[in-house]
Amino acid sequence: MNFLSILNDAASYLLQPTTLAFALAATGLAVHFGFTGLLNFGMAAFMALGAYGYAISIVSFGLPWWTAMLVGMLAAAVFAVVMGIPTLRLRADYLAIVTIAAAEIVRYLFLTESFTEYTAGSGGLSGYARAFIDASPLAALPSDMKIGFGPFSYTPSQLSTILFGLFMLAIAILLVWALMRSPWGRVIKGIREDEDAVRSLGKNVFAYKMQSLIIGGVIAAVGGIVWVMGSATSPGLYTTSTTFQIWTMLLLGGAATIFGPALGAVIYLVAQSFLSGLLSGMAKAGMLPFTDSQAKVLVLILLGLVLMLIVIFRPQGILGNKRELTFVK
Amino acid sequence: MTGSIKRPKTVIGLDGAAAPGVKKADPILVIDNVTRQFGGLTAVDVDHLEIPRHAITALIGPNGAGKTTLFNLLCGFDKPNSGTWAYDGTNLAGVPSFKVARMGQVRTFQLTKALSLLTVLENMKLGAPGQRGERFWTSMLPWLWRAQESEIEAKAKELLVRFKLDAKEQDYAASLSGGQRKLLDMARALMSDPNLVMLDEPMAGVNPALTQSLLDHVLDLKERGMTVLFVEHDMHMVRHIADWVVVMAEGRVVAEGPPETVMDDPAVIDAYLGAHQDVDLGVVTGRVAGELDTSAIQLLDEIEAATEAAAEGEPERRGEEEQK
Repeated sequence: MNFLSILNDAASYLLQPTTLAFALAATGLAVHFGFTGLLNFGMAAFMALGAYGYAISIVSFGLPWWTAMLVGMLAAAVFAVVMGIPTLRLRADYLAIVTIAAAEIVRYLFLTESFTEYTAGSGGLSGYARAFIDASPLAALPSDMKIGFGPFSYTPSQLSTILFGLFMLAIAILLVWALMRSPWGRVIKGIREDEDAVRSLGKNVFAYKMQSLIIGGVIAAVGGIVWVMGSATSPGLYTTSTTFQIWTMLLLGGAATIFGPALGAVIYLVAQSFLSGLLSGMAKAGMLPFTDSQAKVLVLILLGLVLMLIVIFRPQGILGNKRELTFVK
Repeated sequence: MTGSIKRPKTVIGLDGAAAPGVKKADPILVIDNVTRQFGGLTAVDVDHLEIPRHAITALIGPNGAGKTTLFNLLCGFDKPNSGTWAYDGTNLAGVPSFKVARMGQVRTFQLTKALSLLTVLENMKLGAPGQRGERFWTSMLPWLWRAQESEIEAKAKELLVRFKLDAKEQDYAASLSGGQRKLLDMARALMSDPNLVMLDEPMAGVNPALTQSLLDHVLDLKERGMTVLFVEHDMHMVRHIADWVVVMAEGRVVAEGPPETVMDDPAVIDAYLGAHQDVDLGVVTGRVAGELDTSAIQLLDEIEAATEAAAEGEPERRGEEEQK
C-alpha cells in the first residue's frame, strides 16, 4: 500500500476541476437553501444544463466557447423559471419532491436516444474541449510541459481549465457576498424564516424567490461547465447521487455562509479521495474483509453517515453561526 | 381613563342611527357584500361596513365570529367568494397582500412574526418601503443604496427608542420576550408610515404590566393621524381606547356604535361578552372571601328572584317538602 501516492492523490483534489465545479454548485445551493430556505433537490439538473448547453453549442452549432458558456447559463435560468412558476407556491417539502422529479426529467432528456443527434445519448458528448483550450493564453506553451510541483503539476491545458474555474469561483463568491449583505439579501433571509411576515411588509415574495432560484441555478450551471470543460460530459454524472453530494458539501461547510460551501467541497472531495485510496489499499493488502470495489462502496456509506451526523449534531456546519441556521426549534 | 394621559374620544359622524352598516362621515375603508365560505361553512357575510378615518375601531365578537378571516380578506391574505372593499376609494378586491401593504394598509398577526434569525434592527429596516437596495441589480452596487440605508437606520433607531427596544437593537429577535416581540411587530409596521394599521389581537398573551404601554402606543397612532382597526377580546382595552365598536357573530355584523352604548346593549352582553362577565363567581358563591361589589350584589339578587319564581311556580312540590 503506497501511502504517499494515496496522500498525493488526495491532495491533488484541492485544485481539480471537479472540486471547483462542486464548490460552485454548493455555492449556488447556499443561495437556494442556506439564504432563501428553498429545499432544492435538483441541483444536478442545473449542472447538467450548464454542461450540455456548453457542449452542444460548441459541437452542434460551432459557437465560440464564451457564447457557449452564456447559452449554458441561459438554459439554467430558463429551467429555473419554468420549474419555479408552478412550484414556488408549494410548501418546502413538496418543493423538494418536485425538484427531484424535475432533475430526473432533465437527466432522462439527455440520456434518451431520441436526441442523440445533439446529446449523443448515454455515451456522452466530447470533442468540445479544444474550443476553450485553444483560446487560452497558455495554448502557446508545449502541450506536454508540466507546470507546478508535487501533486499540483499540470499541463498547460489542465492549468487553463483550473485557473478559469478558480476565477469563476471567485466571482461567484464575490457575487453572493455582495448580494447577501445588501437589503436584497435581508429580504431573502426574512423569506427564509417567514414569508407571510415579509409579504405583510410590502415585498413581492414570489419575485424574490424566483430571483434566488435563478441566481443559484446559474452559479451551479457555471459549475457544470467548469466540470466538463476540459474533458467530456455524460448523463451519468448528473444523478441524484450528485445532488446529495452537493448537499453534504454545503452542510459540511456551513449552509448560510459565504465560504462554507467551497470549504465543504474541498474537504469532502479530499476526504473522499483519501478514504477511497486508503480503504482500497487496505482491502488489496488483505487488511479488510472486503474486496477493492466493495471498499469503494464503503466510502460512500461512510460519507452518508457523515451527512447524517452533521445534520443532527452540527447543522450550521464548520463555518456556520448556530444562531442563524438551526433545524432544532 | 384612556391611557396614562386622559385623551378625548373621537366622535364619529354618522349618517343615521348607530346600526350595523351605518354610513360614516369620513370612511377610510368601505366594505360591500363580502362573503367567504369554507366548504359549507360561511365564515364571513358582511353586507356593508364602513371604518371611520382617524379613529380607533374595535372589532369584537366570540371566537369563530369571522374577525380574523375578515382581517385576512381585507389585507389580501385570503380571497373572498364575493364582494368588494375600497380603501381610500381604491378597490382592493383581488389585490395581493404585498401590494395592499404598499398602499398604506399594514397589519400585524395574532401570533407574532418577529423574524428570529435577524437582529432587531434588521427586522426594523426590513419594514421600510421603497428601498433601492432591495432590487436585485442595484443591490450589487452599494453606492446606490448606502445613503438611503443610513436614513432608514436612523428612522428605525428612532422608532426603537419610542418603543423602548433600543437596548436590544443588535440582539437576534429570537431572544426577545413575547411582549417585546409584540412591540417589535408594531414598531416594524410603523416603518412604512401607514395610514391604516390593522392589529390582530394586540393584547393576546401580553402580561398586564405591558398592556398599559401597548395601549399608550395604540393611542399614539391616532395622535399621529393614523386610523386603527383592531380585533380584541379584552373588553377593558376596548372600553378604554376604542372610539367605535363593531360586533361580529357567525360572520355577520350584529351591532355597531360607540363602546358605552354597544356594550350596554343586553343582547350583545349576553351573547358575546358573557353575562356577569365582571363578577368574581368565587366571591358570589362564598368559596372565596372577598367584597361583593355592585354587580355581584345584583347577581345575588337575580339568583334569589329566580329561586323564588321557581318555588312559586311549583306549590305542589313545596307542599310535599314541607310535609316531609
